[in-house]
Amino acid sequence: MRHLLSTKQLSREEAIRILDVAEDMSDTQQRTVKKLPTLRGKTVVNLFFEDSTRTRISFEAAAKRLSADVINFAAKGSSVSKGESLKDTAQTLAAIGADGVVIRHPASGAPAVLAGSGWIDAGVVNAGDGTHEHPTQALLDAFTMRRRLHGAASRGRDLDGVRVVIVGDIVHSRVARSNLWLLCTLGAEVTFVAPPTLLPSAVGAWPATVRYDLDEALAERPDVVMMLRIQSERMHEAFFPNPREYSRQWGLSAERWATLPGSALVMHPGPMIRGLEISDEAADSPQSTILEQVANGVAVRMAVLFLSMTGSEAANPTETEIA
Amino acid sequence: MTARTVLQQADINRALTRIAHEILESAKGGSDLVLLGIPTRGVVLAERLAAILRGIEPGLPVDVVGALDVTMYRDDLAHHPTRTPQPTSIPASGIDGRTVVLVDDVLYSGRTIRAALDAIGDLGRPRVVRLAVLVDRGHRELPIRADFVGKNLPSSTSERINVRLLETDGVEEVSIES
Amino acid sequence: MTAHLIRSATLVDGSRADLLVRDGVVVELGAGLSAAGAEVIDADGLLALPGLVDLHTHLREPGGEASETVLTGSQAAAAGGFTAVNAMANSSPVADTAGVVEQVQALGELAGYVTVRPIGAVSKGLEGEQLSEIGAMATSRAKVRVFSDDGHCVSDALLMRRALEYIKGFDGVLAQHAQDPRLTIGAQMNEGALSAELGLAGWPAVAEESIIARDVLLAEHVGARLHICHLSTAGSVEVVRWAKARGIAVTAEVTPHHLLLTEQLIAGGAPAPLDGAYDARFKVNPPLRREEDVLALRAALADGTIDIVATDHAPHTAEAKQCEWAAAANGMVGLETALPVVHQTMVETGLLDWAGVARVLSSAPARIGRVEGHGHAIAAGAPAEFTLYDPAARRDFGTAQLAGKSINSPYLGRSLPGRVVATFHGRPTVLDGAVLAPELVSGS
Repeated sequence: MRHLLSTKQLSREEAIRILDVAEDMSDTQQRTVKKLPTLRGKTVVNLFFEDSTRTRISFEAAAKRLSADVINFAAKGSSVSKGESLKDTAQTLAAIGADGVVIRHPASGAPAVLAGSGWIDAGVVNAGDGTHEHPTQALLDAFTMRRRLHGAASRGRDLDGVRVVIVGDIVHSRVARSNLWLLCTLGAEVTFVAPPTLLPSAVGAWPATVRYDLDEALAERPDVVMMLRIQSERMHEAFFPNPREYSRQWGLSAERWATLPGSALVMHPGPMIRGLEISDEAADSPQSTILEQVANGVAVRMAVLFLSMTGSEAANPTETEIA
Repeated sequence: MTARTVLQQADINRALTRIAHEILESAKGGSDLVLLGIPTRGVVLAERLAAILRGIEPGLPVDVVGALDVTMYRDDLAHHPTRTPQPTSIPASGIDGRTVVLVDDVLYSGRTIRAALDAIGDLGRPRVVRLAVLVDRGHRELPIRADFVGKNLPSSTSERINVRLLETDGVEEVSIES
Repeated sequence: MTAHLIRSATLVDGSRADLLVRDGVVVELGAGLSAAGAEVIDADGLLALPGLVDLHTHLREPGGEASETVLTGSQAAAAGGFTAVNAMANSSPVADTAGVVEQVQALGELAGYVTVRPIGAVSKGLEGEQLSEIGAMATSRAKVRVFSDDGHCVSDALLMRRALEYIKGFDGVLAQHAQDPRLTIGAQMNEGALSAELGLAGWPAVAEESIIARDVLLAEHVGARLHICHLSTAGSVEVVRWAKARGIAVTAEVTPHHLLLTEQLIAGGAPAPLDGAYDARFKVNPPLRREEDVLALRAALADGTIDIVATDHAPHTAEAKQCEWAAAANGMVGLETALPVVHQTMVETGLLDWAGVARVLSSAPARIGRVEGHGHAIAAGAPAEFTLYDPAARRDFGTAQLAGKSINSPYLGRSLPGRVVATFHGRPTVLDGAVLAPELVSGS
């Protein structure tokens, strides 16, 4: 795997391989000595055109645990009207000698453009691009589900038959997209719940069940409920009338949470707005995986960096005998 | 391409039995013994050695075999297609202060063992580390030497040594391909 | 001036004839003409088409000379078989005064490759608030007859009504860029399943169709001529068909790229997923649509619902395209490829014959834009405005085939039929497939 640009591109085998390697990485993170020498001498650049402290420190921890040198490049200004172009930035990083680039960008497709440009010869990992995808978030979500469901026997398993309800701003959510493709690839069933204004107009073409009513979706006793963050600026663009109405219709309130089976997982990619999309009762319950998601994020990102930055042949998933 | 069988099942069993005796002798009984196999076939060989050891020394602790994956410690990750790591498992008693015997199928450049020594260093501090291999084919690139060898098999670098074991390959033999 | 004898060309009706050109006029048309004193061009197997007329060209000058100038755009036009182009008003400064349009016209005459007809802005500064100096432009030396805010929609209904009425007084036509601005805030590509998957803000078909529906009703109400730029959806075709059936004076154009390319190109995909995805060469406004739209547009062009093909030739610098999709400029160059694309999508499919091609690329656009001296059939006594086209040729299209300043063509690497061998704008501008040097063409 040379680049990780989307989960749509991952086959079932590739996805399970990443999750399995993440299990190995997670094991090493239980040791006293957490650092591995694997990427010693390699340079990882965290190229963030959008602020995201959480994602950046997660990737930074992952790269450092693998002994890579980490350069954090907080590129300001997303519009081309001011500042340096993506091309100039990429060529600068190439001159510095970056072996891997972790890129977050407000423009959908920027990581794909970077990977295909020839401006830089480095593995590209998409850390969130516009409203397109956020593949490592979906991988850590799947990893978290698999661990909760299969425990120590997770290796090699998929998510066959697991029913996942994803609630919130689907149309603007790269997390929803990456989860949809990955969960479907792993055999899970996805239901999206949102007001019609927060669903893509062509959502019918996606392999998901669509509902407008959260209570109906919860009544089907899903295995996982994933709440997405609601950005307050959406309200000003007439996607919904006001936070109170949104919360009443599509928030995971204490009452709604209480109707869920005790085995159902409550997930949130963070940062969450308590009281709007999720209640304290749900977020702080034993069913909540919110902090596990953060811890698992480091292991998953270690796996992704390992797989994209080692190996001499691009995108070669096969293994050869160790002589 | 021709293949020539150099060890058959009976030869392999004899070699492992001899190595087991040598290990016991050098470990003075084996009460602090831990066998760490290097995946995939090193783990199989470690399990076999443990079974033979128990036959000789019934008082041997039950939990003596572990698996030590060295992928993340290799120095040649950039020169081969991406390798998938295998799980590492260490006996519950750990390796601190123990006699650790690394077990692998073929000793060649020595780089795998170098990586294994680094991996061990991150897991604990054994009293002593020994190396047992089924085949030593020479051509070392590092100052590393096996303590217990099933068979010395001088070979050319253009040849390929294939170790096949019942548990992983369905057949049992060591052959040279040239 | 040298006389040229074009030997044995095929005319659009299938007949073959020699053409003798002297002093900018086809002086004789017939079989076995004498070559005495004339340079002979062997046109055996070549089609003689009336000089192509583009109603929608961005020449970028003044203001955008880094991507194109009147000279380089004229050369690209000649290379594509054009003898007249209408230059859009969104230059800098905007062509909203007599001074700017006269300057553009003069630059065109100086270059000499094609007739350059400036289009005047509808609103001052393309801002959609106040009428530009329409009368001054219409009565200037440039005699502007086409008015457009292209790049921007005249979205205010009242301003649209007033503009239609006012332009009527000068026998002009209003060429509308139909795009509801509120429905397309931040829009990046056609709205649908693919835009949702790629995470690009959608440009819904309804944003085009609703404006066209409103404007045909306004045109009917005030009795003015309305032209729809770059119509791109199957729904828009239905609206225009309905309007024409009602007798409304509406005409419509389609671009070559909307006749051939679909939104699927934006997803890349070969050999691996996302390979070549988000390639900004495919970013254009209105966006590439679905296969169903492409087929509806072809059918509408064949049955006359859509009147003409116009290139929307929109050159951009490499920097404006070598970047992330959202930051990239909209537009594609298209003058050199217009005829081959129409050939492939309309002639090879049997939807149009060559007479039909001459209609949609020459006579109809000349009539709509009131482009004098163009669009007529090749005939003895008529101005020598024609192009010789080899329909049997086929070539892989590359930057070497582009004669303008920019290379943002969506067809690079594609195999396209046909080849323009020669173009005559009074005198030759292209011979043996090569654009002649400026000193051989200029001189008005």
